[in-house]
Amino acid sequence: MTGILKKISQINFGLMSPDDIRSMSVTKIVTPDTYDEDGYPIENGLMDPRLGVIDPSLKCSTCGTKGGECQGHFGNINLARPVIHVGFADTIHKILRSTCNTCGRILLTDSEIFDYQNKFKTLIKNEESLTKIIKDVYTVARRDKCPHCEEEQEDVKIDKPVSIVEGNYKLTPSEVRERLEIITDSDSVILGVNAEKAKDGTQVARPEWMILTVLPVPPVTVRPSITLETGERSEDDLTHKLVDILRINQRLKENMEAGAPQLIVEDLWELLQYHVTTYFDNEASGVPPARHRSGRPLKTLAQRLKGKEGRFRSNLSGKRVNFSARTVISPDPNISINEVGVPEIIATEVTVPIKVTEWNLEELKGYIMNGSEVHPGANYVIRPDGRKIRIYDEIKETVAENLEKNYLEKGELGYVVERHLKDGDVVLFNRQPSLHRMSMMAHEVRVLPYKTFRLNLCVCPPYNADFDGDEMNMHVFQTEESRAEAKSLMRVQEHILSPRFGGPIIGGIHDHISGAYLLTRKSAIFNEDQVFQVLRKSKLPLPDRTGKTWTGKQIFSKVLPDDMNMVYRAEVCRKCDECTERSCKNDAYVVIEDGELLSGVIDEKAYGAFSGKILDHIVKEYGTDQAREFLDASTKLAVSGIMKAGFTTSTNDEEIPQEAKEDIEAYLYEAEERVDKLVAAYDNNELEPLPGRSLEETLEMKIMQVLGEARDKSGEIAESYFDINENNAVIMALTGARGSMLNLTQITACVGQQSVRGGRIDRGYSERTLPHFQKRELGAKARGFVHSSYKKGLDPIEFFFHAMGGREGLVDTAIRTAQSGYMQRRLVNALQDLSVNAEGKVTDNRGVVIQTLYGEDGVDPAKSDYGKVVDLDKLVDEMRIKSGK
Amino acid sequence: MKKDILKHELVPDHVILSESEVSKVLKKIEAHPEQLPKIKTDDPVVKSIGAEEGDILEITRKSATAGKFVTYRRVHD
Repeated sequence: MTGILKKISQINFGLMSPDDIRSMSVTKIVTPDTYDEDGYPIENGLMDPRLGVIDPSLKCSTCGTKGGECQGHFGNINLARPVIHVGFADTIHKILRSTCNTCGRILLTDSEIFDYQNKFKTLIKNEESLTKIIKDVYTVARRDKCPHCEEEQEDVKIDKPVSIVEGNYKLTPSEVRERLEIITDSDSVILGVNAEKAKDGTQVARPEWMILTVLPVPPVTVRPSITLETGERSEDDLTHKLVDILRINQRLKENMEAGAPQLIVEDLWELLQYHVTTYFDNEASGVPPARHRSGRPLKTLAQRLKGKEGRFRSNLSGKRVNFSARTVISPDPNISINEVGVPEIIATEVTVPIKVTEWNLEELKGYIMNGSEVHPGANYVIRPDGRKIRIYDEIKETVAENLEKNYLEKGELGYVVERHLKDGDVVLFNRQPSLHRMSMMAHEVRVLPYKTFRLNLCVCPPYNADFDGDEMNMHVFQTEESRAEAKSLMRVQEHILSPRFGGPIIGGIHDHISGAYLLTRKSAIFNEDQVFQVLRKSKLPLPDRTGKTWTGKQIFSKVLPDDMNMVYRAEVCRKCDECTERSCKNDAYVVIEDGELLSGVIDEKAYGAFSGKILDHIVKEYGTDQAREFLDASTKLAVSGIMKAGFTTSTNDEEIPQEAKEDIEAYLYEAEERVDKLVAAYDNNELEPLPGRSLEETLEMKIMQVLGEARDKSGEIAESYFDINENNAVIMALTGARGSMLNLTQITACVGQQSVRGGRIDRGYSERTLPHFQKRELGAKARGFVHSSYKKGLDPIEFFFHAMGGREGLVDTAIRTAQSGYMQRRLVNALQDLSVNAEGKVTDNRGVVIQTLYGEDGVDPAKSDYGKVVDLDKLVDEMRIKSGK
Repeated sequence: MKKDILKHELVPDHVILSESEVSKVLKKIEAHPEQLPKIKTDDPVVKSIGAEEGDILEITRKSATAGKFVTYRRVHD
């Protein structure tokens, strides 16, 4: 499709004049009723047929098009008395405050006016925002005396939402309108209302147009009435509101004509103002919201647009789509990271359009013959004329025959068959919140039984998914172009490296890591039968039988590329002062020479999500295809490895001998005594303040330090009894599979200091945390030190402090997500239209340069080595091994 | 006491480009002068190096990622 390119030079935002409203209106609305007894719309009523039709069988009496095509036509209501438009009340107030109450001139001297006019001209020329300078005008143009007619000025205030008060007198909308009318066009411009006359004499806006004398009535298509099952008609909220307006307008008119007392007229006028106000905005501050009979607040114009559920965010920025599915997710370690298991029920519902060609005619006929119920079937055939034919069991034979006949004999081209999803189709898979690009990746379909989406465990980290009831969405691509693009850009394997830090974000988790450790630790020796079982399960090629036993390292070497060389320190590395390298007692020095794992264990640092060095190396040196194969094979290997050894954990893993418990107890007791001594020193004024700290702060810091040490030391005592060779919890903590050493020592030895707002707990009762303590008591226990371990159990006081600390943590996470969510929203809105060109120049959508080189160094972090262009140390290590030392 | 702001550590180098340099730069980055980032005529650095409206400045600043980074700005009212 080609069209004429036109550049928009200007958009005017203005106000509608009463004449505009009348001229676009097709009818005056007078009667507050909608339908008569026979159910026909009343002429000049709110459902007047001239306002347009919805029913597709009827013709619009204004434009002649059928219902559904007619977009509707406006009507109008002549208001008996003018009212203020809520949306403009603020502006009206500002304008009145800045203009003379008698002559209507702006409260600026002639020279000031001249200055501002010049400023306006330059700003408009430079295409810059006028808002700042208009705000400036409103602050400067406040004088007690008019510089033009010397008249004293009274202060004009606004009483939210729509009352304008001068001194003690409330101005009626008519009076406000009169004042706005006498403001000159050129003054209006400086006040922010574009009243300049165009060459043909038309105006975009006039201040007095902010006061409504005639109300536009939106067409029925905007406020359709719905018929309930009972046959009862239910009107839209807007219609209800318009009825209210018409009723009051009618009464006001009658009363005025009958010469009713001023008081009654004013009351009705006020009421009309209320209804018009709530018609525009039913959440305006200072007015009680208009309610439905049921007590529910009405959804009027502003509510339709505003907020997350409003027209903009819910219907224009985001939409509901077809060819998508959503269900619970569950894990499947047997499918590739690139795949997603799709339940058969979903596969028969969402479809892929396939163009009929000579070469796929037979295949597609087969799908049609299967019908829409049986799995590799088809749901629709789209004929060249655009007609969509649903495939039922009764007609599937004729549809298939017709397709073949028309295609082959008549040579009709352009048939499309919407076939079921089948293995190998590319789909988009997504989990909310979609915070980064890895939240939407392309997967290949594997149609599986049951009702959940299945995904490989390695893709849990990028989606941040777990299986406690998480649901995910799937979208099916409908064009060849989108499929091709997704396959090359969005496939899971293309996202193993994160653009956040240039390292892997997809990788082994939990059991993959413990499993690899169990498989590759020094003591792991397997006989040949076991090795063949493991290799077989991981779908790796089987070597010739030799009859010798294998080490786990040899097994793992099978998944490494043959020419790989690298050295690194594993997660289990204790960071000893002097590294013994290959003879490390923890087996933490990993050496891979020509694809053989010679020393070191495989753990989180090897192929874990976020830190996998081997994985990172493979992606960068061998490409994403190899990386996917490596991940698929190595995780399967690890899982069969963990199944060979067996793996379980319980609180027995956190058990330590009685003597260790006594040691810890003694140490903690001693620490608490040291705290008491510090407090005593403080009480006796013997404490030396640290530089820049008060005495109290010094004491707090010292106590925190002592108690922190106490917990760490007690943890160390407990740790010395933990043996990685016979304790699964320790394996998990040290290899980085799950949990930390701190978690274990808190269970075994001592939970430690609880904190609220970054310090020891100091809130609750006056000058003490709980009534169990003395006032101003500063000891360890009185301020939230939890001496017990989780396993031993907390006493009630400790439990209470622990709950305080825990609650703060919970509240913090809740607030943090809300805050960072809004921050992200603003950031995305600001950056969404920027693009990087081939040379690395960053521009916005007008071509304005933001950055001459992306990131100032032109590096794509996703393709970088942990943010750097190249890691030289790594290269040197690699070469050293290759050359044999 | 008046300090020379140009010598301050946080003020990057600003150089006014000659006409031939400007056309070379604009060709290199494929941009209109109008599309370059702006710098105000009342910017302290602009005032102290005496640049005028319409001049293109070459700014060389320290960069956390690239070490040194060169960018361009158009002096604008």
